[in-house]
Amino acid sequence: MTPAITPAPRDGSGNGNGTGAGKEGGRGPAEGSRKLAEQILAPVLSDIWDHEAPWTLEAYRRAGGYRGLSVALDMAPDDVIALVKDAGLRGRGGAGFPTGMKWQFIPQGDDKPHYLVVNADESEPGTCKDIPLLFANPHSLIEGIVIACHAIRSEHAFIYLRGETVPVLRRLHHAVAEAYRAGYLGKDALGPGKNLELTVHAGAGAYICGEETALLDSLEGRRGQPRLRPPFPAVAGLYACPTVVNNVESLASVPPILARGKEWFRSMGSEKSPGFTLYSLSGHVARPGQYEGPLGITLRQLLDLTGGMRPGRTLKFWTPGGSSTPLLTAEHLDVPLDYEGVAEAGSMLGTKALQCFDDTTCVVRAVTRWTEFYAHESCGKCTPCREGTFWLVQLLRDIEAGKGSMADLDKLNDIADNINGKSFCALGDGAAAPIFSSLKYFREEYEQHVTGGGCPFDPARSTVWADSTADPAGRADGSAHLEVNA
Amino acid sequence: MTDATRAAESGGTPVALGMPQLPAPDFPAEVRERLAADAREIISRYPDSRSALLPMLHLVQAEEGWVSATGMRFCAEMLDLTPAEVTAVATFYTMYRRKPSGEHQVGVCTNTLCAVLGGDAIFAALREHLEVDNGGTSEDGKVTLEHIECNAACDYAPVVMVNWEFFDNQTIESAKKLVDDLRAGREVIPTRGAPLTDFRGAARILAGFPDERPDAVAASGAAGPATMAGLEIAREVGAGAPGSPAGDDSREERR
Repeated sequence: MTPAITPAPRDGSGNGNGTGAGKEGGRGPAEGSRKLAEQILAPVLSDIWDHEAPWTLEAYRRAGGYRGLSVALDMAPDDVIALVKDAGLRGRGGAGFPTGMKWQFIPQGDDKPHYLVVNADESEPGTCKDIPLLFANPHSLIEGIVIACHAIRSEHAFIYLRGETVPVLRRLHHAVAEAYRAGYLGKDALGPGKNLELTVHAGAGAYICGEETALLDSLEGRRGQPRLRPPFPAVAGLYACPTVVNNVESLASVPPILARGKEWFRSMGSEKSPGFTLYSLSGHVARPGQYEGPLGITLRQLLDLTGGMRPGRTLKFWTPGGSSTPLLTAEHLDVPLDYEGVAEAGSMLGTKALQCFDDTTCVVRAVTRWTEFYAHESCGKCTPCREGTFWLVQLLRDIEAGKGSMADLDKLNDIADNINGKSFCALGDGAAAPIFSSLKYFREEYEQHVTGGGCPFDPARSTVWADSTADPAGRADGSAHLEVNA
Repeated sequence: MTDATRAAESGGTPVALGMPQLPAPDFPAEVRERLAADAREIISRYPDSRSALLPMLHLVQAEEGWVSATGMRFCAEMLDLTPAEVTAVATFYTMYRRKPSGEHQVGVCTNTLCAVLGGDAIFAALREHLEVDNGGTSEDGKVTLEHIECNAACDYAPVVMVNWEFFDNQTIESAKKLVDDLRAGREVIPTRGAPLTDFRGAARILAGFPDERPDAVAASGAAGPATMAGLEIAREVGAGAPGSPAGDDSREERR
């Protein structure tokens, strides 16, 4: 039988609801979708991905690669920093901190080695942009690294790649070796007497190492636990030396700025969120994938262009930038996906990981699983996060299994409130985000789990192989998902 | 439930704290010599030797298929650390196996998005098919089954990883066939990644030693279809960034 769940609010504007298949979406270049595509797609980093063997130095050079570097090496380091700052590039790893400003914080003339560390530990649930970027074309990152090292006067950079992606590691090993042979790395890479070493370092499975200070501890051969700040990495980072930690996509976005200029970069996006970026669309959508476009496009535009949700289904909830960014619903389809727009809607742009869930999905199940993730990945250093995530899981499992009480819903909110802003690092805030936001938009659904003695959804209907248009007939194995982390 | 409480409930089996017997035995001399050369190469990549610890744990895992007390002792001696310091690090990270396991590692993503889209059903089916629980190894020692966290491939959900190579867009049937092929020793080709060797081979690459097979880097091409989705539409309609040939055209037309 149909779950007794209030359907997600439908938005009456546009071509129906913007969540079903658009009339012209995803069906070749009809006039409407052509205009939309021109508006919201701007392949820059992805532009080379359909070239022959784009991961090779030869292909990258043929497509104009390493031109940004020669521009940069002809400039004084401080001018490079100023250019990136003026371009307005903001960090693509989640927080959106201005990249040029981060570089500027590195003290100069301090007689200490400076380090650049690339955060390639992409592990935020829903986030899947850096891994395909590095797989298709690792040289765009390497070029960004060399430019950044010139700017911050660093002679040793590290790529901290999450370990669980061997195919990417293989291509990084290959590309770094190519770059050494070509002289972009190694002796005199940054000019006479200015060498540059680049070390590729594989992590070993810990979400927390995406937090920059935990990453530094991990890179120093320790447990990946965050450090107290200040001092910030710019002052005392790797080996207590001035260190810049940048996300992969942030650094890969630097060479095009050098090659084409800040005005070009600013011709895309908005005043405060300029430029292009990779949006990762996933979930119950007709055409999941990577979509590169200017900052500030909307999910409605993207869904209209790509055929919307899977047939017969409507959008129920989505994340703008991974599971640590508060959930949004169909009423937020027109929120501009830039740093300010999403913040105004009460969430965060994060990593632009647009995970879309349709009306077959149980929000309690979704949030329970994310919370189990945070509990598993909590490093244990601080009490609010370590204990709080543990207890959230206990409560959520009970609620999902029909053993919860109404008081538990308030307790969830209370515990999340004791984690949020009171933890050592942002992992705790991330854990609280799905709790707060799901209770805000779907409290009724939690209550139905309590009053109805369990989950009213059939997980079989959410799978990709379920016929989403068919009338649901009975439940297959409705409880298997309760045992995964049991 | 912890092992200890489980043991207590099942009727008074002695409580084991899981502490290693010290001192751990050393590697045989010739193994140690070979690994020491590798370790010195790893150490040379870093300004501070301790940074070599994670890759060296991958290295000893490549040697034995798991991180044993012997492997940790070796790391400690090479880096002038105590076994306790090395153990503290080795037990923090989930990729280091703490017991001998299968020739291949099959990881089913059961983080929310993959789980909802079918990962939970795949994991349940494989548990039944292999007759193992999470972390368990099939009777023939070929396959260790695990559920894993988000592996940055959400646009290919549901995702299964084997020895950390991508098997995208899986179904219950494809996943069962995958483990059957692994157990039968048939060649298995990932959707993204190189033809499989085994878990230990992957660990050696993770230690920072490039895959020497001639076609391994190029295997499976630039990207899967989801990666290309946006670019494909852009090409169809001739959309591009400002300043690119396509982008200029589209701007003209917009005017």
